[in-house]
Amino acid sequence: MKATHVIELTDIIKDYVSDEIITQVLHGINLTVKKGEFIAITGPSGSGKSTLLNIIGLLDTATTGKYILNENDVTKLTEDEQAHIRNKEIGFVFQQFNLLKRISVLENVILPAIYTGTNKATREAKAKELLTKVGLGDHFYKKPNQLSGGQQQRVAIARSLMNDPAIILADEPTGNLDTKSGDEVVGILKDLNKQGNTVVMITHEAGIAKQAQRVITIRDGLIVNK
Amino acid sequence: MDTRELFKLALGSLRANKLRSALTTLGIIIGVFSVILLVALGNGLQAYITNQIAGLGSNILFVLPGKVGGTQGPGEGVNKLTFSNVKYFEERMKSIAVTSPLVSKIGTVKYMNKSNDNTNIWGTSSDFPEIIKTEVEKGTFFTKTQETSASKVTVIGSTVVENLFPNTDPIGKKITISGGRYTVIGVSASKGSSFGQDQDNTIVIPVTAARKQFSIDLANSIYLSANSPELVDLVKKRANEVLLTRLDEEDFTIMTQEQTLETVNNITGVLTLALGGIAAISLVVGGIGVMNIMLVSVTERTKEIGLRKALGAKRKDILLQFLLEAVMLSLLGGLIGILLGLGASAVLAAFFFATVTPWSVILAFGFSMAVGVIFGIAPAIRASRLSPIEALRYE
Repeated sequence: MKATHVIELTDIIKDYVSDEIITQVLHGINLTVKKGEFIAITGPSGSGKSTLLNIIGLLDTATTGKYILNENDVTKLTEDEQAHIRNKEIGFVFQQFNLLKRISVLENVILPAIYTGTNKATREAKAKELLTKVGLGDHFYKKPNQLSGGQQQRVAIARSLMNDPAIILADEPTGNLDTKSGDEVVGILKDLNKQGNTVVMITHEAGIAKQAQRVITIRDGLIVNK
Repeated sequence: MDTRELFKLALGSLRANKLRSALTTLGIIIGVFSVILLVALGNGLQAYITNQIAGLGSNILFVLPGKVGGTQGPGEGVNKLTFSNVKYFEERMKSIAVTSPLVSKIGTVKYMNKSNDNTNIWGTSSDFPEIIKTEVEKGTFFTKTQETSASKVTVIGSTVVENLFPNTDPIGKKITISGGRYTVIGVSASKGSSFGQDQDNTIVIPVTAARKQFSIDLANSIYLSANSPELVDLVKKRANEVLLTRLDEEDFTIMTQEQTLETVNNITGVLTLALGGIAAISLVVGGIGVMNIMLVSVTERTKEIGLRKALGAKRKDILLQFLLEAVMLSLLGGLIGILLGLGASAVLAAFFFATVTPWSVILAFGFSMAVGVIFGIAPAIRASRLSPIEALRYE
């Protein structure tokens, strides 16, 4: 049943070297995520959960260990190869939303597709469909700062879905939101999961983590429960 | 990412900072503008001088005292063009060339209570108009007989006419030249001014009369006109041989029109280059402005770069985005600068001299594009090398 694993991390170790002092942040992480799962990674700050998410998101590379993403070995890739996989296979949702203020909501959602080369009409239709799906059908041409925090995060979720990624990585998606908006955002992630999307979410809020199918706790660079 | 997308991106961010983009562009505009204008000025000057010299005729030669390119320049040191030497020279050259010595003085010319200052007083032979085209508008030039007899007659330029004879016909009137009384027998046609010097503020008298008037026995130069353009080289060779029988190598210089043109072209060429070079410095300064603003832009947009990378932008995508922005800034400046430069050159050409050469426009355009690439590449590389994690964390 290996084919159903979207993520397979084996003995992932991550060292940071600064001023010739080596600090080990991850001490050997083993983790598999099945297709269609919704998992939450939680742990205190400094536990290594962000580093783990960066490695899963191919924004960072493990010092040693093996990483299979969607049946492809992505352990050792060049920067541009990583960029390519990020573009195709991973949808990011950040704590800070990270929308470009200068361009419209619609253009923000389209952003991942311009690096894919999807034709203009297709990607625009897709972006509109996604925005409608997250409840922002009336806000295509607004600028991000004309929207509330919760709405901005929903734009970011629509953007993460633009290239039909294998997984959605959400890094503290509710961290900058009030409880109500936070719940809405988690609700959308749950809906997406029900429609078949694999979601990996980092959170330090127990109440948010509980809503995932599986909660993984990291402490001092190791997974303490499965 | 396709090209159109890239252009849209670059344009978008330039538009987002309109004032900043405009000011940065201004640096390039001024640079390109001054390159075009100053090079046009230099070329105009060159064309003008070349025309002036060519207008004299292609079979003209000059003998100047002293050695050009020697330790002493022409006119420096001892002038050995005495009139006995001139006479000896003229007799041996007359079969192949028309000759005329030139004595030139600057002095005041008076008629009644009016006077004309800083007049060029030229003493020449009666053949002078044959050598340097001189059109006599009214009256006549002096004759060989008048020359031989050292007649006190003169042909005056239009400026002298304006100042001394505003309302009267000058022909037949007696004017005072440095104390001597001369009869006006002709008025030469206006030649205009060149380099701020009025060419019409001139009077010509027989060289014989000039020698007596100023008690001098030295010619400032000898003008020759070969009987045909093909004879110029022969005349030069002969003149050299003849002069060497009386003078030393370093006592004289023979210049042909071609040499004169060459010398002048060398000088104006260097001048044009120098002008263009100075202007190019401002273009480089403009380029530094582009680089500066692009570095600021990269720093300011660190987070955007991080996000784009996270979403799948490759190094090349980021590099091209920033490079294109820099190139667009400088190309826009280049285009505006070219238009302004062409306009200003046209205005200048109306009452001075300015010739826009295609190469200066092409060069300015190419240069402004190169400035964009050269000064844009460093910031663009810096942007493309940012680590996405670091960049996303940047506040």
